[in-house]
Amino acid sequence: MKIVVPVKRVIDFNVRVRVKPDQTGVEFANVKMSMNPFDEIAVEEAVRLKEAGKADEVIAVSVGVKKAEDTLRTALAMGADKAILIEATDDVETDIEPLAVAKLLKAVVEAEDAGLVICGKQAIDNDVNGTGQMLAALLGWSQGTFANTLKVEDGKAEVTREVDGGLQIVSVKLPAVITTDLRLNEPRYASLPNIMKAKKKPLEVKSASDFGVDVTPRLSVVSVNEPPARKAGVIVGSPAELADKLKNEAGVL
Amino acid sequence: MAVLVFAEHDGKVLSEAVAKTVTAATQMGGPVHVLISGTGAGDVAGEAAAIAGVEKVLTAEDAGYDHALAEPLGDLIVGLAGDYDHIVLAASTTGKNVGPRVAALLDVMIVADIIGVESADTFVRPIYAGNAIQTVKSSDAKKVVTVRTTAFEAAGEQAAVGIESHGATAAGGLSEWLDDRFAQSERPELTSARIVVSGGRALGSADNFKLVEQLADKLGAAIGASRAAVDAGYAPNDWQVGQTGKIVAPDLYIAVGISGAIQHLAGMTGSKVIVAIDKDEEAPIFKVADYGLVADLFEAVPALIEALDD
Ligand SMILES: Cc1cc2nc3c(=O)[nH]c(=O)nc-3n(C[C@H](O)[C@H](O)[C@H](O)COP(=O)(O)OP(=O)(O)OC[C@H]3O[C@@H](n4cnc5c(N)ncnc54)[C@H](O)[C@@H]3O)c2cc1C
Ligand SMILES: Cc1cc2nc3c(=O)[nH]c(=O)nc-3n(C[C@H](O)[C@H](O)[C@H](O)COP(=O)(O)OP(=O)(O)OC[C@H]3O[C@@H](n4cnc5c(N)ncnc54)[C@H](O)[C@@H]3O)c2cc1C
Repeated sequence: MKIVVPVKRVIDFNVRVRVKPDQTGVEFANVKMSMNPFDEIAVEEAVRLKEAGKADEVIAVSVGVKKAEDTLRTALAMGADKAILIEATDDVETDIEPLAVAKLLKAVVEAEDAGLVICGKQAIDNDVNGTGQMLAALLGWSQGTFANTLKVEDGKAEVTREVDGGLQIVSVKLPAVITTDLRLNEPRYASLPNIMKAKKKPLEVKSASDFGVDVTPRLSVVSVNEPPARKAGVIVGSPAELADKLKNEAGVL
Repeated sequence: MAVLVFAEHDGKVLSEAVAKTVTAATQMGGPVHVLISGTGAGDVAGEAAAIAGVEKVLTAEDAGYDHALAEPLGDLIVGLAGDYDHIVLAASTTGKNVGPRVAALLDVMIVADIIGVESADTFVRPIYAGNAIQTVKSSDAKKVVTVRTTAFEAAGEQAAVGIESHGATAAGGLSEWLDDRFAQSERPELTSARIVVSGGRALGSADNFKLVEQLADKLGAAIGASRAAVDAGYAPNDWQVGQTGKIVAPDLYIAVGISGAIQHLAGMTGSKVIVAIDKDEEAPIFKVADYGLVADLFEAVPALIEALDD
């Protein structure tokens, strides 16, 4: 079985993102970019399935700018076997919408005859949380989102999902799309020898038009603004003072 | 054209998110119809019929829709979509699971996690963990939208409108529900509670986390946690507050031993009053706190519980 793992290049989670003064977007200049953390978890899970003999090949795919090659090399260094970059834009600030990404991924999944896709549950830049579900819909596959535990068995997968009420356990028929939650695993660090080896692994470069997919966005950004700021508060001297403020000043108790 | 709101319920009561989702739906246009699916849909339909702004309630009682599995539910909603311009779900784990599936089946983009409605096609949503607020306009013929319910007031009540049963049956086969591990609790629900007390890594153990629970119980509050506390096993996953957990906006949020990473702040800066208790005066949580207490939590929290009694 082949596993496709979509990986997205995003602004590193440690970066404090700033809105551009002209309100057209956020600042990308000189900002550290990394693999979306949920996608590291996805790569890790796929590689573990391969190590356990449940998969033959792990294919990392990224849709975006040429620089997303770096993200794919990271996936290869973590243990993916090959990578596909779909160049869909040459502007880092142009984000390809999940619907278009899902259409491109569908084409890859079909061309590779993959049996499982493991996506991140959400990209931490746009926080849409939609690509995996959209891909499952387009393929007519089942979906196991927000996975906390994944057990792949014959023809199906048992997925423990992190849901609002706690945990939900479902069995999904394979092929399926799984999306990762934070507690699925702890991704490994790529070792230096593996980073060197990754440079020799195959990385195909394609373009969105190779797949005949129209990536024209359906949503247009009207403006991007700073969130409202909170006014500065006060430091209180003791638990007793805090209790007093809450009871007599804040009006919340 | 009309707006379809998908309503969640547990077989006995309607989710508190529904009345808030209806408020957002009303702002997109009207009339608003509410869809309730699965066993017990008929029993809770009356509650939905009495939410102000609702014109009609549709029920699809088939047990195949139980547990809100995305595949049958997606088909059900897509089957009804012809009559609607907007399909609106709460941005709960169910809404996030089903909404994008419905959108893709209709070949439209999902408009996720909105906090405002500017017009029928223009919506406001946070991006980058709330560090930026984006206004987007959809050019799709149909809009599939998930709503951050903490950003909308609950709609009021009205004399009940009509309830129609929709005879759809779920096609099974793609996925199957096996089990729910839901802790039963007498405490208020986290995303709609008036007061939330959250604990972080500083608690150090599941046993110590009881201190947070004691303070919460003293205040009749719901309990939250940072990701670090959940990862370490001090608190269950459904208590995680933040960018990738739950979004809360209570009247009072008390953060205990939480440093205030942006991913955590993304989930709670909509709170009216924020209290932070942390021993590090440099902790970023103090930048958003209305009341900060620089202290060791193991002394401060018991003292606060006592002081609240006086
Ligand atoms: C003209 C225009 C300009 C825009 N400009 C901006 C802007 O400046 N700033 C901004 O924040 N938004 C912008 N947007 C919004 C943006 O297009 C979407 O909101 C965004 O694409 C949502 O995606 P997500 O990454 O959050 O997806 P999610 O659904 O959250 O991603 C989930 C998972 O899907 C997979 N995945 C997603 N995308 C990819 C990918 N490209 N390659 C591989 N795998 C992937 C990964 O596994 C990921 O973990 C713009 C939109 C338009 C139309
Ligand atoms: C992809 C991704 C998603 C994430 N999503 C979320 C999310 O949704 N929610 C979330 O919360 N985090 C999230 N995080 C994690 C986030 O970045 C932080 O790591 C996390 O919030 C830290 O938790 P904490 O504040 O409990 O721990 P720490 O940052 O370790 O802070 C502990 C605090 O306790 C204080 N302290 C220690 N001992 C005492 C004492 N005795 N008395 C008083 N104070 C004490 C310390 O001074 C410190 O400020 C995410 C991270 C990533 C990469």
